[in-house]
Amino acid sequence: MNELIAIFIGMVLINNFILVRFLGLCPYFGVSKKLGPAISMGIAVTFVMTIASIATWLIRNYILIPFDIEYMNIVIYILVIATLVQIIELFIKKTNMALYFAFGIYLPLITTNCAVLGITLINATKNYSFLGSVVAALGAGLGFTLVLAMMSGIREKLELANTPKAMKGLPIAFITATLLGLAFLGFGGMI
Amino acid sequence: MGKFAKEFAKGLILSNPVFVLALGLCPTLAISTSIDNALGMTLAVLIVLLGSNIIIASIRRYVPDITRIPIFIVIIATLVTVVNLIFHAYLPDTYESLGIFLPLVVVNCIILGRAEAFASKSPVLHSIADALGITIGFMLALLMISFIRQILGTGNLSVFGFDFGTLPVLGEHPIVAFVLPYGAFLVIGLLMALFRRTGVMKGE
Repeated sequence: MNELIAIFIGMVLINNFILVRFLGLCPYFGVSKKLGPAISMGIAVTFVMTIASIATWLIRNYILIPFDIEYMNIVIYILVIATLVQIIELFIKKTNMALYFAFGIYLPLITTNCAVLGITLINATKNYSFLGSVVAALGAGLGFTLVLAMMSGIREKLELANTPKAMKGLPIAFITATLLGLAFLGFGGMI
Repeated sequence: MGKFAKEFAKGLILSNPVFVLALGLCPTLAISTSIDNALGMTLAVLIVLLGSNIIIASIRRYVPDITRIPIFIVIIATLVTVVNLIFHAYLPDTYESLGIFLPLVVVNCIILGRAEAFASKSPVLHSIADALGITIGFMLALLMISFIRQILGTGNLSVFGFDFGTLPVLGEHPIVAFVLPYGAFLVIGLLMALFRRTGVMKGE
């Protein structure tokens, strides 16, 4: 149990996917202009990460390792993720139309989000147990959502601020990320 | 040949993948802690992008429109697997220090982006020029960021074991912040603002 808590806290705060590991930066700078879409995106990514971690853990331990074809993992993981995203999209479309419209374009784009492939590869290299990978995926997703929401809140205010012309848009977003990263560094000593 | 040169040149500045298009940010920020890593990443991207642009441009007439994205992704993933195995065998140090970002080349937006926006619609020769130009643009951005981070963060100038000396003050008291993760955001943010201020690149 202690191990699982350590994995969870490590993923959310200490090795935060965006600020420390630099995974999933495209949605971070692309989507984080408004709070609402940012939270939808965070939830969608967390969801896909968790399902992808479960699926790839099963495939890795019951197919790749027994047949000794672990070197194929990149091709197989990306196919699994692409298929999963499609299935989830169809499922949500059939069952919950409101949620489908809330996710919008972000759902299909998750396939090429490096955070999702990243978590499956991290689970594989760290050799986490089944529960460990699920907790790692949930933690990573929560950390991602947290930072995305914080960033979008700050950027909503930044729109109104009087930033120098050359700094408008992306550059000031990077500077904001610097300050957030500096703040998250403080979590380093927690475990 | 004029077209070849044009496709080659546009990747360098006008559509520089990192500073202008803001693509491939994850690997750029994560591995730019040293010049060695930047060069290793460039090599990986060069092999994959060149290979995928050539293959996709040559098969573009036979790929059905509906299934093109999965086909592109499988081609790219196979090339990335090949690059991973080559790096593991011949460049073990680079393989270790790039870590998870070597397999993650497969979801680098630059590569799928070029496949979708350019190689799937253009002849092979132009696609080669496009791949080379974009890779060199990517390399310039990576080298610029990693050079600043390595100099300020460690104070020495060594590239693949060749030591070009240590800087006088920074060598003893490096500004460690620059090799820490948040230093990457600071460097790229300031560089981008500088390019916009000087008019090299367009702002918003």
